[in-house]
Amino acid sequence: MGNPHSHGAQCSHDAPQKHGQEECPDNGHDESKRDFIFISAASMAAVGTGVVAWPFVATLGPAKDTLALSTTEIDLSPIQEGQAVTVMWRGKPVFIRRRTAQDIELARKVDGDATAFNSLRDKQKDTDRVKQSTFGGKEMPQWLVMVGVCTHLGCVPMGQKPTDMRGDFDGWFCPCHGSHYDSAGRIRKGPAPHNLAVPTYTFLSENRIRIG
Amino acid sequence: MAGNTTPTDFGNPVINWIDKRLPVFTMMQKEYGVFPTPRNFNYLWNFGAIAMVMLMVMIASGLVLAMHYTADTKLSFNVVERIMRDVDYGWLVRYIHMNGASMFFIAVYVHIFRGLYYGSYKQPRELLWILGVLILLLMMATAFMGYVLPWGQMSFWGATVITNLFSAIPLIGDTIVTWLWGGFSVDNPTLTRFFALHFLLPFVILGVVFLHIAALHVSGSNNPLGIEPKSDKDTVPFSPYYTVKDLFGVCVFLIIYAAFVFYAPNYMGHPDNYTPANPMVTPPHIVPEWYFLPFYAILRSFTIDIVIPFTDIIIISSKLGGVLLMFGSIAMMFILPWLDTSPVRSARFRPLYQKFFWLHLAVCITLGFMGAKPPEGIYTVISQICTFLYFAHYLIVLPLLNKYEKPLPLPPSIHEAILAQKK
Repeated sequence: MGNPHSHGAQCSHDAPQKHGQEECPDNGHDESKRDFIFISAASMAAVGTGVVAWPFVATLGPAKDTLALSTTEIDLSPIQEGQAVTVMWRGKPVFIRRRTAQDIELARKVDGDATAFNSLRDKQKDTDRVKQSTFGGKEMPQWLVMVGVCTHLGCVPMGQKPTDMRGDFDGWFCPCHGSHYDSAGRIRKGPAPHNLAVPTYTFLSENRIRIG
Repeated sequence: MAGNTTPTDFGNPVINWIDKRLPVFTMMQKEYGVFPTPRNFNYLWNFGAIAMVMLMVMIASGLVLAMHYTADTKLSFNVVERIMRDVDYGWLVRYIHMNGASMFFIAVYVHIFRGLYYGSYKQPRELLWILGVLILLLMMATAFMGYVLPWGQMSFWGATVITNLFSAIPLIGDTIVTWLWGGFSVDNPTLTRFFALHFLLPFVILGVVFLHIAALHVSGSNNPLGIEPKSDKDTVPFSPYYTVKDLFGVCVFLIIYAAFVFYAPNYMGHPDNYTPANPMVTPPHIVPEWYFLPFYAILRSFTIDIVIPFTDIIIISSKLGGVLLMFGSIAMMFILPWLDTSPVRSARFRPLYQKFFWLHLAVCITLGFMGAKPPEGIYTVISQICTFLYFAHYLIVLPLLNKYEKPLPLPPSIHEAILAQKK
């Protein structure tokens, strides 16, 4: 380090300010080297802090056992037309409603009407919210499967029981902050920003689905 | 502190021995004994001391409760009921803690509005004020997490609604919420971390309170006239004058507190929280504890999406808007010292500000009532008007008053003002 041949102890790196008026030609060179050492040491310290901090942050995420509980199978055969059931998936309720012809018609009327469709907050056709895949040669628009969690602040909307309020659009109504969902689970009125989420699910047979 | 103190003779050799090595007695004498304090405090100046007593009560009762508590979704509800029924005096300690939270907030809210009325946030006490707002924020976080611990229906759904506020953050919101929960819904990992934080945060509050008081003892207290003491005639030593006055105020406050604990322990709570948490059923009407209601009303008042004109692109969804407004309402208090730059502190000498202060207080109380109502019809409209007035107070009224208000003449000094009043 430095250049001891030309300056000796007077131009030591530790105390350049002690030179007074005496010229120290190597000073500029020294300063930039010190800057480099400071910056690289500080960067290494920052990286090291981040590396040590990460495991602490990561412990707070979902653990392996939580992630493992991610699929569930449901038998649909006991559900009558117009009935709805709520099942648990990943600690959240999932709504399964077997819709009546009237429910479907009401939802699809919006699909067909351009002004009504354009007024939706989260534009989605009813046909995109149910499984169109056929099983045994039958279409199944009657089955509506959704995560029963209001997209506003996470309450469970009402509308599953026959006695529940169903809101202004004959679907679901969230009592917490007054979001109204229609018979396709689309947000129509109130503060929620999105439609009720449709989880990943598949028909295992005509009367059996697997969620997740 | 220690460097410039001369040893005091306390007349007791043990105390003198300790004080020479660690001048805690000298410090207490200086900061709480002879500390010069404006002589004209009214009873509103009691609430700082009352809040301090409440913090101590909460820490002491909380410590005892923590010794009986278990954070586990299967056990917590029953364990709290066990404290209520089987543990000797468990019911008393729990009711002290439960109602203590409400009483702590009452004390702090009075303390805050006293500061607003008498301009205690103004130069040179800006940092003192900001530390106070920070304490309020920490108290809110602590109270919220504490309310989750009994794992009743309101605990669960309150936790769900409040943690979901973070999902309003664009793009990364959902990831953050999953991380906060430690899963895909509020569940055991959420409960255990809330317990850990609920135990930790009161000590953080204690630390910030220490800084708050340290800053207070640098600038000295404000007073109802809002003018600085100019001579010894304007002040009295803190002890015995204000130690006694504070003790009196604390006693009156504790009597009211005890009345709640013994005669109406559940008055400020919700019956729904005596139903065990059920993730499948939301109670028909979720309401936070009363001390959050004004903020809750502000959260719900934002009901439209702001879109780029003629497109469907949403800039601020009503959900994000509500969350921004709610945090914004507290942000107003942080920047208040720079919004109200009128050199006159006390509202006594600011005729217009005085009127707007009462309007502001009425707006806050109305927001509180609206927060408890279902979000529909006229309630939403009133909430929206009050939210507008809340922000208008800080962002429009205060800056305009700086320009156009003509304050009344200030008295020459505190003691002259008092003597003039006597005549």
